[in-house]
Amino acid sequence: MPDPHSEVQAAVTLRVNGAEHTLSIDPRTTLLDLLRETLHLTGTKKGCDHGQCGACTIHVNGRRVNACLALAVAHDRDEIRTIEGLAEGDRLHPMQAAFLQKDAYQCGYCTAGQIMSAVALLDEPCGPEDADVRELMSGNICRCGAYANIVAAIQQVRGS
Amino acid sequence: MQGFAFQRAADAAAAIALGAGAGTAQQGARVRFLAGGTTLIDLMKLGVETPETVVDINHLGLDGIGRAADGGLAIGATARNSDLAHHPIVLAEYPALSQAILAGASTQLRNAATTAGNLLQRTRCMYFRDPASACNKRAPGSGCPAIGGAHRMLAILGTSEHCIASNPSDMAVAMLMHDAVVHVQGVGGARQVPLDDFFLLPGDRPERENVLEPGDLITEVTLPPAEPGARSCYLKLRDRVSYEFALVSAAVSATMAEGRIVTARFALGGVGTKPWRIPAAEAILAGQAPDAALFRRAADLALAGARPQRQNGFKLELARRCLVHALTQVTA
Repeated sequence: MPDPHSEVQAAVTLRVNGAEHTLSIDPRTTLLDLLRETLHLTGTKKGCDHGQCGACTIHVNGRRVNACLALAVAHDRDEIRTIEGLAEGDRLHPMQAAFLQKDAYQCGYCTAGQIMSAVALLDEPCGPEDADVRELMSGNICRCGAYANIVAAIQQVRGS
Repeated sequence: MQGFAFQRAADAAAAIALGAGAGTAQQGARVRFLAGGTTLIDLMKLGVETPETVVDINHLGLDGIGRAADGGLAIGATARNSDLAHHPIVLAEYPALSQAILAGASTQLRNAATTAGNLLQRTRCMYFRDPASACNKRAPGSGCPAIGGAHRMLAILGTSEHCIASNPSDMAVAMLMHDAVVHVQGVGGARQVPLDDFFLLPGDRPERENVLEPGDLITEVTLPPAEPGARSCYLKLRDRVSYEFALVSAAVSATMAEGRIVTARFALGGVGTKPWRIPAAEAILAGQAPDAALFRRAADLALAGARPQRQNGFKLELARRCLVHALTQVTA
């Protein structure tokens, strides 16, 4: 966690889910901590905090990355999308709806990261098979083991 | 994480000038360049990397991928691993490089990780990553608990009594097989370093991993033109089918004529303290008909001098079989 008493501050402007935020932050702040602790967008989850579990997956300029390994100060003016930015009002993103329909979660802690990865995957080179989806989703770990239904949800959206 | 000053370099010259004050470009550097951050931020959180200044080099225009002047491939230092793996020239002419990149890490990491960052990624040796442990690479002279400790994943080639840490890169193995050249700009100007010379063996100074000096900035990596008609592949063997570092891997390429091998080249990953290539082992394949016994002799030559530890002796036979299988595939 960033030291709240640090005197070193850096200015950064972030565009998160369409809203612009100009902030003065400790340069150590990761995008993950900034989203959760400063902007109170707590849908993005902290799992391992070392780029291994995928719970913190967000989109930066349309591509999925691990928010825990990104310094916020290095993303000045970048377009950031989090799980809170997927739905349009009460209308869920098709991937969110598919996760509900296919029961693609258990405890739900990894789900935001799974869905952000799955939405990005729709625009990535990916073969048609379940195995292709599993390979491209391997950076999102699910402790509950909901993988079978996660793949089913993604395939449903890809097929529609 | 230890505090640091953040600087956004205006151009390469500014980055080099800032980097020149790093004291060393190796372990203990006081200035670090930030590209994708997937290694650096991770190690800063662990307290393994403690730079006083972090210099962002993501806006220097070093992210291009295209034809080199000689018709080969020029890969910008901050080109993302994902962009390189899916680039049309790479898919058509350097498929082993694409396969190697896609066999490593996850999509999220590949979307952030860069060419130069991948080359400079640090070992996954658990003692290196844990500041509470001794480690000659992280804290020179403190000892190597991996020797006699947990070393199943670690190197069997290029080791020393001071360090047996394996190089974890897949990308670098395919680049080495393709005779990659690292382009560096530094305080004294620009220079080009063949990738095999870029990495250093640990010897008695395992904290030194490559030839970079303070201020040195990798600007691009070039590959010579791919051999016409060559078939290549990257074969990676690991504990899980995805998202895991190699136990052993092989990047191979061969050209054939009338049922015989004209040229063959290969490099091994997961076995060495650096990506491993032995040209003398490749040379015995030229002019020969593909044959498992022949490939095994080449593997024996490539692995000569291997010094396995108690837990990783299996890598020797696994590497032989990996290489034989890959050579069989590209010469079939």
